[in-house]
Amino acid sequence: MTTSPLANLAIQTAELLEAVKALSSLEALREAEPLIIGKRSILSTLQKSLGGLEPDDRREAGAQLQQARRTVEAALELRRDQLALGARAERLASDRLDLGDVVVGAIRWPASSGHPGLVASTQRELEDVFVAMGFTVSDGPEVESDWYNFEALNIPPAHPARGMWDTFYVEMGEPETVVLRTHTSPTQIHLMESAVASNSLPIHSVMPGRCYRRDTPDARHLATFHQIEGLVVDRGITFADLAGVIETFTRKYFGPDISARLRPAYFPFTEPSAEFEITCTICRGEGCRTCSHTGWIELGGCGMLDPAVFEAVGVDGDEWSGFAFGFGIDRCAQMRYQVADMRALIENDVRFLRQFS
Amino acid sequence: MKISLLWLREFVELSESTEELRAVLDDLGLVVEGIEHVGEGLGDVIVARIDEIRAIEGADRVRLVVVDAGDGPLEIVCGATNFAVGNHVPLAPVGAILPGGFVIAERKMRGVTSNGMLCSSRELGLSDDHEGLMILDDLISPKVGEGLLEALSLTPDVVFDLSVEGNRPDAWSVAGVARDLATRLGRRLKSPAFAEPNAPESSATFASAGIDAPDLCGRLTVSVLRGVKVGPSPAWIAQRLQTAGMRPISNVVDASNLVMLELGQPTHPYDAAFVAGRTLRARRARSGEILTTLDGVQRQLAKAGRGLGDTGEDCVIVDGDDQVLGLAGIMGGASSEISRSTTDVLLEAAFFDPMTVARSSKRHSLRSEASIRFERGVDPELALRAAARFVEVLRESVPDLQWLSSPLDVWGVTPQRPSVQLREGDIERALGVALADAEVSRILEGLGFEVRLDVEGIFVVPPTSRLDIRSGAAGRADVIEEIARLYSYYRLPRRTPSWPEPGGLSDRQGLRRHVRDVIVDLGALEAWTPTLGSDADFELVHPGVERVRVTNPLASEESVLRATMTTGLARAWAKNVERGVGDVILGEIGMVFSHPLATKTPRATKGGVGGLLALNLPLENERLTVVLGRSEDSATTAVAFWSVLADRLGLADVVVRNDEVAPPGFHPTRSASLVDRETGATLGHVGEVDGDLLGKLAPTLQTQRLGIVDIDFDVLADAALVTRKSHLAQVPSRFPSAIIDLAFITPTNVHAQDLAHALRTASELVEDVELFDVYSDGNLPEGTRSLAFNIRFSSSERTLSEGEVAGAREVLIATGKRLGVVLR
Repeated sequence: MTTSPLANLAIQTAELLEAVKALSSLEALREAEPLIIGKRSILSTLQKSLGGLEPDDRREAGAQLQQARRTVEAALELRRDQLALGARAERLASDRLDLGDVVVGAIRWPASSGHPGLVASTQRELEDVFVAMGFTVSDGPEVESDWYNFEALNIPPAHPARGMWDTFYVEMGEPETVVLRTHTSPTQIHLMESAVASNSLPIHSVMPGRCYRRDTPDARHLATFHQIEGLVVDRGITFADLAGVIETFTRKYFGPDISARLRPAYFPFTEPSAEFEITCTICRGEGCRTCSHTGWIELGGCGMLDPAVFEAVGVDGDEWSGFAFGFGIDRCAQMRYQVADMRALIENDVRFLRQFS
Repeated sequence: MKISLLWLREFVELSESTEELRAVLDDLGLVVEGIEHVGEGLGDVIVARIDEIRAIEGADRVRLVVVDAGDGPLEIVCGATNFAVGNHVPLAPVGAILPGGFVIAERKMRGVTSNGMLCSSRELGLSDDHEGLMILDDLISPKVGEGLLEALSLTPDVVFDLSVEGNRPDAWSVAGVARDLATRLGRRLKSPAFAEPNAPESSATFASAGIDAPDLCGRLTVSVLRGVKVGPSPAWIAQRLQTAGMRPISNVVDASNLVMLELGQPTHPYDAAFVAGRTLRARRARSGEILTTLDGVQRQLAKAGRGLGDTGEDCVIVDGDDQVLGLAGIMGGASSEISRSTTDVLLEAAFFDPMTVARSSKRHSLRSEASIRFERGVDPELALRAAARFVEVLRESVPDLQWLSSPLDVWGVTPQRPSVQLREGDIERALGVALADAEVSRILEGLGFEVRLDVEGIFVVPPTSRLDIRSGAAGRADVIEEIARLYSYYRLPRRTPSWPEPGGLSDRQGLRRHVRDVIVDLGALEAWTPTLGSDADFELVHPGVERVRVTNPLASEESVLRATMTTGLARAWAKNVERGVGDVILGEIGMVFSHPLATKTPRATKGGVGGLLALNLPLENERLTVVLGRSEDSATTAVAFWSVLADRLGLADVVVRNDEVAPPGFHPTRSASLVDRETGATLGHVGEVDGDLLGKLAPTLQTQRLGIVDIDFDVLADAALVTRKSHLAQVPSRFPSAIIDLAFITPTNVHAQDLAHALRTASELVEDVELFDVYSDGNLPEGTRSLAFNIRFSSSERTLSEGEVAGAREVLIATGKRLGVVLR
């Protein structure tokens, strides 16, 4: 019986493991790797020597060798991780900086101007118009329960009107009970609920904010977008006040030669409801491709608060009446600056961002 | 919904131009989204016969076709190949003007003169078919030289594409739209012809009907029609369907569709021979039942759906063996479909509960022309009138049709008709203008409302077609909307209201604007990075942390709500570096989210049906994050950026304290907390973005230093957590200041700002203390560095004497000593 080529395997493996342990840097490891497990390693040499064995012996020896190789490889990977961690720790240690010791006065700031975001600036301009008309500004959350986003707005569960909004649902609680708000209208509900709770009606407020709809982005739509919503709850408020507010806003924001018109529409949370259109800002009402030659472009929705909404939030509809309106902030920006493709707003290309002051 | 002008004119006289009508429809809330002109500009097109087809030398795409259009042979070059000699095709001769204004002229191609154009049906505006020429032999028996319009018995028409709102169940039909127009324009609404049952045999002797679920099916009528001969519809019916975007199928199916388009009542014809027991019943589907609908899809019935309130209820129509024939009001099954051999028809015309149809339709992702109407609410009174109209229409192609007497008519539960009271002044309180009772009556009666004037106001009962009109205060709003709509919103007054309460921004909103202004002043470009990111990106910064996921993202890269803006801004910066414009500062004010399980302070709110459940939703934390990516940037400039921001915001004293453990995404040894000295609150962090994180976002940028300032805006805006400088103006002393420098050998554990603070408060003569140099080398004791301060002394009362300055200096040195620092 001849000596097995693997007679010394245990010792050889131990030697390899020692060699791995001795590696002191990532660089050394990279250099040694071929000698330890690569083509030039003892393991590969042994592998080749198995060729002369009987099939059964060869199978058994092969398995042994494979086992040894796995042990060495595992040790090598472990060492690699240790060394990488060590290297990072070393790098971090040499990088250490006491930020309390920064001499701010010694830093000279290069002269280069920053630029506000187009949407944020537009939001500010819109807020300013409404603030000048006597509105306050209110914020609201972006993740909402079904109650705030839908039901309190007179859109009951499984109501077909829900199809009007392509909703992103949040994985939380029962399916489809938590949503990314599809409009800023839930903020109306928060405002009215808290005004009722603190007995602080009336409300005259606009609510700007980020909204989400499951709508594939294109030149005119983004799945994430911004709306501004208006809410007035006061005594003696009529549709005439709503129409007046929309008209005044339109002229102040878009200019004296742009006016608004209302046409009947349906929203579950307002009745009567209207879609509001403004004179096409491209052709100034002459008719062009943008406005499909009608001279008007759709801007948003509005209406008198639906009694069902008042009931949901506990406002006495005999004493109070009110209206709400809402439209897209990004859309206003797109119209005013004639942004050909809405997607530019989220690409954050410095060449785009630098244009706006 | 597509609606033909010719059809409308059968219900109401309309002499207005297309554009005038568009304006009226828009103003009625029936918004015109498009206008098509069918058959317009086809007056010059005639029928031609193909007599010869020849190849043209050197041309492989076109051939020379010789046609006869009544005036002898004409040579025409043609690119289509779908025809043969003997076919009849439409010819636009030289001089003809096609839809869209295209003028046909004599043209020379490949040395051959083409004397006109042979047309496809798309070129004629008749359909979308552009596969080749329109082959007339398939449709009619054409005569050479005849005008195409006459040959096809086509009348030029205008088709309005209307968008019908969700609260207008009545407007999903020609009759409904015509009613609006007639009322607005003050014209008479005409009625179509209706048939009467004409066979003495009672329906009950032949068939039976029943309702087992009266809450789901409010009415089931079944008409028995015998002697049916299935064949093609007359041309006018086919044209009506085509203008509405429907395909003609057979006279029976077409009559059903025509009635639906015309009156708004979907009907369903069954081949009586294939309905077991000639019985139709409406019942709840049972769990485990399966139906293969006409579209070939197998559907599991009565399976609970997703979302609140969807219990999985389906209403089905079953036969005498209790086998499911169809999903009520949505789509039938294939087994009892009308075929060429059908002779007896059971015609179902029913009322189904709108919400049940809506939920089933959504759950099965199955929308049909019928379900669109049923889910909005079909007039429960309409069923048998629709059947009568169906018979009248079908009779044109089946003159001997028999409609058995006493059609089966079973009732379940139908909606109550509310009675709505408009009190004196209600209209004015809603619209801001009082309208005369006569005008209100005219409008409402025109729309089919019953109106009764009374001392207590106007009492109104809506027509059965207006299931959208509610009762009580909501009903009042609904009725007032109808009055306003028909009166015209355009004519309503406008008034800009005012109120005594002042408008304005909240402190927080004012602060937000201030912060934006300052970061822009400091050179930041304001970015808008995605709120929704990938799971992998989240894992990079917050490994193993519970995250807020979206159930139905558009893409997996947009499925997790961000917990930091660092990743988004770093990505945006990397992208700009790639574009060669990365030498910038990017900043964003936005919301980041923590899963309720990953925060101690989730947002408590309410949810569930009726808002009756207490819920914990993700914490929404507003932050300002700025990344500094200019070539000179690092943690150092980030500190400088912060310190200018803090100065501009008037923060009293925020200490930049190195972090033991850096926050997620920060460089572990280059990060500091921003701590309010008074309150101890952490306002945020400054430092650098972790190079390992950068390397994973953009491998080439791993070694770049990207400074970062990350502020918790919720803390910054909380007056209780942030100490501000006095807003009172301090007039500088009119006496000169004495300025000295002091350098201290300071142990590393003594913070420069703590030392400065101690010096500033050591003597009332100190006007200001500013660090101007930090120095460390081997000559200094181990574990120390030298901090050099520029110190101003002054008094508002006098010029300080040398002695006073020297004394104050000693006080400062002694103060330093107590902190363990020694004068250098």
